[in-house]
Amino acid sequence: MRLFNFKTALNFMKLKWPALVFSTFLVIGSLVSLFTQGLNLGLDFTGGTVIEVKFDQAADLNKVRTALGSSGFADAQVQYFGTSQEVMIRIAPREGVEQKTIGEQILTAINTVAETPVTVRKVDIVGSSVGDELKEDGFLAILAALVGILIYVAARFEWRYSVGAVASLLHDVIITLGLFSVFQLEFDLTVLAAILALIGYSINDTIVVFDRIREMFRKLRDATVEETVNEAITSTLSRTTMTSFTTALTLIVLFFMGGAMIHGFATALLFGIAIGTYSSIYMASSIAVILGASREDLLPTVIEKEGEGTSAL
Amino acid sequence: MLNQNSIWRYLTVVVVLAVALIYALPNIYPNDPSLQISGTRGAEVSAEKVTVLEQALTKENISFKSVVLNKGQILARFNNTEDQLKAREVVAAALGDEVVSALNMAPATPAWLDAIGAAPMKLGLDLRGGVHFLMEVDMKTAMDKNVNDLVQIYRTDLREAKVRYRSVTPDLVNQRVVLAFRTAEDVAAAKAVLSKKEADMVYTEAEDNSLVVTFSEARLKALREDAVAQNITIIRNRVNAIGVAEPLVQRQGAERIVVQLPGIQDTARAKEILGATATLEFRLVDETADVQSALAGRVPPSSQLFNDRNGNPVVLQKRIMLTGNHIVGANTSFDENGRPQVNIDLDAKGGSTFSNLTKDAIGKAMATVFIEYKPTDKKDASGKTIMMKKEEVVSVATIQARLGRSFRITGLDAPGEAQNLAVLLRAGALIAPILIVEERTVGPSLGQENIDLGLNAIMWGMLSVLFFMVIYYKWFGVVANIALAANLVLLIGVMSMIPGATLTLPGMAGIVLTVGMAVDANVLIFERIREELAEGRSAVHAIHEGYNRAFATIADSNITTLLVALILFGIGTGPVKGFAVTLALGIVTSIFTAVVVSRLIVNMIWGQRRGTSLPV
Repeated sequence: MRLFNFKTALNFMKLKWPALVFSTFLVIGSLVSLFTQGLNLGLDFTGGTVIEVKFDQAADLNKVRTALGSSGFADAQVQYFGTSQEVMIRIAPREGVEQKTIGEQILTAINTVAETPVTVRKVDIVGSSVGDELKEDGFLAILAALVGILIYVAARFEWRYSVGAVASLLHDVIITLGLFSVFQLEFDLTVLAAILALIGYSINDTIVVFDRIREMFRKLRDATVEETVNEAITSTLSRTTMTSFTTALTLIVLFFMGGAMIHGFATALLFGIAIGTYSSIYMASSIAVILGASREDLLPTVIEKEGEGTSAL
Repeated sequence: MLNQNSIWRYLTVVVVLAVALIYALPNIYPNDPSLQISGTRGAEVSAEKVTVLEQALTKENISFKSVVLNKGQILARFNNTEDQLKAREVVAAALGDEVVSALNMAPATPAWLDAIGAAPMKLGLDLRGGVHFLMEVDMKTAMDKNVNDLVQIYRTDLREAKVRYRSVTPDLVNQRVVLAFRTAEDVAAAKAVLSKKEADMVYTEAEDNSLVVTFSEARLKALREDAVAQNITIIRNRVNAIGVAEPLVQRQGAERIVVQLPGIQDTARAKEILGATATLEFRLVDETADVQSALAGRVPPSSQLFNDRNGNPVVLQKRIMLTGNHIVGANTSFDENGRPQVNIDLDAKGGSTFSNLTKDAIGKAMATVFIEYKPTDKKDASGKTIMMKKEEVVSVATIQARLGRSFRITGLDAPGEAQNLAVLLRAGALIAPILIVEERTVGPSLGQENIDLGLNAIMWGMLSVLFFMVIYYKWFGVVANIALAANLVLLIGVMSMIPGATLTLPGMAGIVLTVGMAVDANVLIFERIREELAEGRSAVHAIHEGYNRAFATIADSNITTLLVALILFGIGTGPVKGFAVTLALGIVTSIFTAVVVSRLIVNMIWGQRRGTSLPV
């Protein structure tokens, strides 16, 4: 079976400006959302208390809210988690109150509205200082990953490619963050892990294309830079789609079967892989070409001994 | 000739996969519900207890798989959790409070696998249930005490050196001591005296004839290290008292301690125990009292009857000479005769009190009493665990001379005894208090559900990829699938071998993701082979070129992913660290299986094929 079998290269570079405009639009949109409404940060980053309980029957969220409200937890977020029997309660960190007793107070409050005592599935209490540190560490980790890749690609290829690669990675990260911001999906530590995994995945795709560009420069001596890049992208297109497809396949399995805890992780990666596949086809090489990447940058300079006649062989 | 498998390739693949398979094997054996029985405070359980326990279990008609003594701990295995829970009561009744029992799931690894050190993967708390605490050492309180203490020490030092001062005041906000003098000469004299006595401090002369003393970096670091190390020792002792199988007490960063108690559900109880205070008292032995009559109930009104660790009675004066919160340090060394001793340092106030009291008590015996609150199984009306006060004489020694801020206890029999005493002294000392900054509890049912979810996801993820690869790449797809299966075995084998690797739910997600991404290398190779064939190369050359040319790309693209995984490992905690580990290992194992293992098979079957067609 074969998905793509092109006799001639597709002209991806023709679309480089429209693609760039489209991407810029998405990036700006994401940034606006990130700056205006921000991310719906999870407990890992904000600190506070999260309790997951399981009721024997379907739970009535309003009753739970009222019960919590009358116990002094009016600010509690109450929502279903997975099924209608499982309820997640989240409370912001509070000053003065002994963190340790909050869990017990909440449970007592919930049990007043439950017919049979609820089963505690999970209790997480995170101090706000821990969350702040994690925010900083997470940001630094993404930065470190990008800088590391910038240096590696610059060493293996050339700075123009390195800039193209990192710009397209930034593009993937910002737009994925944008998705989480626009839909206010919960951003917890597993999503941060997914973003980093996405960086690793997306750079994979980009490097495969770059490698092929280098090879095509060697092979197609008379082609223009754009033609060479088109040729490289076209010949790696099957591989790019195949790998994205198998990875997406496993992520869909994770999304539906991995449970609520993995949901955010799977969402971020699924979306990120779609964006990452697009950006390694349309963005990374386009930027390198726009920056003036040329054959000489990637190939060792050859001293031609006998003038012009060598190609006639 | 092209596409020949060298003998080395066969050997490497066979050996690597065989080793991985053997080490992955323990994971398929189910766990036995078991009891882990250890002595209180790290003492060893004696061999006769095994017989006692076996008899008690037989008497109560509880069937057990085995009762074995190993490294000073008894491990009793049962057929089901019901027997396990019943047996726990039997242990308490038969062996008393000299032992602590912990519920555990002991891996039923066969003996031959056990002998080569093969063990199943460690599961994270999110998969086995339990409590995770992140504790922070409260350095502010510890520093305040240090500053106040220095004030006392400086006053004494200056008085002894006959340097006149106007005032010595603590500055808790800036964590320093400010000394005021009348003349510049006094400042210089004080500086000379003090910098000799307390060398690790920074002395700065300030305006108005004053001297500002701050802690040097080295001293601050030492204080912090001590506080954290002491807290870790104390927490370890207490965790041992709760009875937890495979607890983890580990330092994290500069001032934090991670405590993980798998299997513990009652967090309230765990917190009470961890937060309980142990104290220490020095008292004089009442040498006039008769032990026999004291045992009969006739204790002198000014005295009290205690027991030492072996249960022997000791009569001590009721008056407490000194409490443990004046101890600032205790460590062991050897005396002039090479016998073990414990060195104790007191704070300034403790030192002067002690020197006054011991002046008149030379030649008398002094006892060290350790007081601890131990949790009982009973709860009070409000549901709190009732704590039992336990007092124990841990050492009796004769006072040889007037004791000051530092003294030593000699005449101990064994280095182990000295070590134990030092640990107890430190445990009873006032150190920086700890605050719980993060707490995570995972219920046992959730843990098992997470395991099921993860296994299901791995299975279905794997199956869908396997199916797709066969459809798309035909027979070469089958080869890729064999490589993928080998990759899974290799990954699980390596994860089981590495002691630090823990499997978590995100880690399982990492395995699923690895399955999806691991085929990438084979996809690259197969696409390349198709291209070579399309360009008219022979099958032999297409295979050769396909593998060779794709390799550089595979290496390049995976090195960057590895870099990201390492960064993730650096910042991640708990579950996310588990993800980073599986991701990083998965990259390495998938390169091996996709390149080396699949090449081996392809060479074997199609390596010498004539013509220009391949089932790819």
